[in-house]
Amino acid sequence: MTATTTIDIVVNGDRRAVPADATLLELLHLLELDPRTVVVEHNRTIVRRPDLERARIAPGDVIELVHFVGGG
Amino acid sequence: MSQDTPFTIGGRTFQSRLMVGTGKYRDNDEMVRAIEASGAEIVTVAVRRVTLDRAEREGILYHLDPKRYFLLANTAGCYSADEAIRYARLAREAGFNEFVKLEVIGDQETLLPDVAGLLEATRVLVREGFKVLAYTNEDLITALRLEEAGATAVMPLASPIGSGLGLLNPLGIRIIKRRLGVPVVVDAGVGTASDACITMEQGVDGILMNTALAAARDPVGMAHAMRLAVAAGRAAYLAGRMPRREVAVPSSPAEGMLD
Repeated sequence: MTATTTIDIVVNGDRRAVPADATLLELLHLLELDPRTVVVEHNRTIVRRPDLERARIAPGDVIELVHFVGGG
Repeated sequence: MSQDTPFTIGGRTFQSRLMVGTGKYRDNDEMVRAIEASGAEIVTVAVRRVTLDRAEREGILYHLDPKRYFLLANTAGCYSADEAIRYARLAREAGFNEFVKLEVIGDQETLLPDVAGLLEATRVLVREGFKVLAYTNEDLITALRLEEAGATAVMPLASPIGSGLGLLNPLGIRIIKRRLGVPVVVDAGVGTASDACITMEQGVDGILMNTALAAARDPVGMAHAMRLAVAAGRAAYLAGRMPRREVAVPSSPAEGMLD
């Protein structure tokens, strides 16, 4: 048994269990991602960096974390 | 010598008329050296998912200083207007500028643009304040419609993306350049320096290339060659070429020959 309850969400196409009631900022910390280096899309809506700590994750949420890569 | 005007696009002025991509290089160090050798100031990047595996999550910005280069995000890989709009919004949020190289691809084999989707996405993004550089084909009517829709620049292809076939339709490109007020930047298909030179000789404002550098045996050497070729083609365009003739005209005097 774990001390905290978890919920299932989808991050970048993969199902993932995260602590219930986590914020997007906490998710980034959990994934060891620097919020300054990624853009977060939460259920198809872009969440600006200052709002990450207020946006709470709910079961079934779909989250995309993107950045710039090489391209032409 | 004919004095060149500055290359201005969307209110920004650049010294170099060569723009380069950042894809497909063997390694980041070679990419950085090639971009330096090209003299390019505008550098394209793509938007993709972050790898959640910590070992390989470095983004391109780890290697490219956004203060030194003007980063132009693309919507490569998008097959509908909606998808391209979504990528453009994410790119803007990544936070460098409101410019986007808009690609709406219509076919996997040729990567030719879906011009209906392109026009639709251009209208939406222009309304949202984006400066749209639209990747299109050599069709004049599409280019005119893109300009009407508020595109900042129109980017007709020389030949299909990554093909290295060079400029297949010089007349089509010249007609687009003659008829449009916004900058015309040829995007895709240039294979080697002569292709770049011939493209610039058509009078276009600039060229964007990626594979020609990344897939050269020596990308840094090719980047140097492209820098010279773009400058040479531009200078030749400004100087105005001699008329073509189907008969020879002697260069030496016909008079004064011995009996």
